[in-house]
Amino acid sequence: MSAPLGVHQPGTSLLHRTTPGPKLVALLLFSVVVLMVHGPWSAVGFVAGTLVLATVAGLSARSVLAALRRFAVVAALLLAFNAWQNGWPRAIEVVGDLTALILAATVLTATTAVNDLLDTIVRALGPFRRLGVDPERVGLAFSLTLRALPGTLELAAETRDAARARGLERSLRARTTPLVLRVVARARDTGDALHARGIAD
Amino acid sequence: MIELVEAGVEGRLEPTSLRLAERRVAVIGSNGSGKSTLARLLNGLVEPTSGRVLVDGLDTRRDGREVRRRVGFVFTDPNAQLVMPTVAEDVELSLRKTHREKASRTAAALAVLERFGLADLAQRSVHALSGGQRQLLAIATVLATDPAVLVADEPTTLLDLANTRRVGEVLLGLEQQLVLVTHDLELAARCDRALVVHAGAIAFDGPAATAVDRYRTLVS
Repeated sequence: MSAPLGVHQPGTSLLHRTTPGPKLVALLLFSVVVLMVHGPWSAVGFVAGTLVLATVAGLSARSVLAALRRFAVVAALLLAFNAWQNGWPRAIEVVGDLTALILAATVLTATTAVNDLLDTIVRALGPFRRLGVDPERVGLAFSLTLRALPGTLELAAETRDAARARGLERSLRARTTPLVLRVVARARDTGDALHARGIAD
Repeated sequence: MIELVEAGVEGRLEPTSLRLAERRVAVIGSNGSGKSTLARLLNGLVEPTSGRVLVDGLDTRRDGREVRRRVGFVFTDPNAQLVMPTVAEDVELSLRKTHREKASRTAAALAVLERFGLADLAQRSVHALSGGQRQLLAIATVLATDPAVLVADEPTTLLDLANTRRVGEVLLGLEQQLVLVTHDLELAARCDRALVVHAGAIAFDGPAATAVDRYRTLVS
């Protein structure tokens, strides 16, 4: 199962060679701009721009499609709802903006090793140590979040299959209760494992 | 050297006194008998509600951090243990404390992977690994920091025969002291000593082959 935001794909493109700091700041600025600029045409422009970025990063069409496919259902619902409530221009803007942000984030995770990202975050938070912030801990929280997404999707797929095997595909309870229990159990086990590895000490 | 002094966990393990000095110690017993509790006592993941657990003279309750540095722990499900997206990154996570410098950390991680025959998978996503490879990686990430003791809680339960053998060989071949909780009686019989845990107490303690026989009669 592939990660929703794409796994690091080693490479030598300009984006791979750029250090994580500037890329993180760029993603932040890009997000702000995308949210502030309104209108359907700019949204289409943002999507086109991030697609160019993905090409520069050397991402295959397949991995870009894989990242977007996970978002497809939500995108379709958002598009339909907004077209109905606020009209087509607004619908295209909302979905286009989100698509552009997902693509930009995919490019970041694909061109940056998580450990480099962690190093950067830890270094950037260094000055806040005096205020009681533990940079290592914050960095670890970031990596756990990145890891939890594909893990949870995997559990969801397994739970769905288990419900289907029992002929309970339409039962909301059979599809959610085991999932919630397993996600919590996984979280507890991960906590134990981190504790055992002495990482959170 | 691991020592339990009247160590018990209320409702799960009767007060138990033990000295574990052998290189390879197996722990066998039924589901829910208290094996995992016993294993988790050894590195302070579970603290005794009575008595004490000492590792090289360090109390798990007082010096938990130092104890966990000496006692590595491998879980049944490697998915819970592996937290980074790629193989090399997960090993590097273990090495963050000992290798501050990025380059030396990467080199050390590769050396660890080399040792376990996982070097060609270094850049692979953890999701793309087979169950056996994931468990080997989990073992590698724990041994990366060079603990003196490795506790493994049913490390082969989720694996097929070939991978069970492979992981078993790796574990039994370690230079570290090994405490192996397992349902694989073949593997248990190859240890130097075995404990049979039954209904929250040690039912037998002695040579591994005898312990396995005792466990079989206990169940039948």
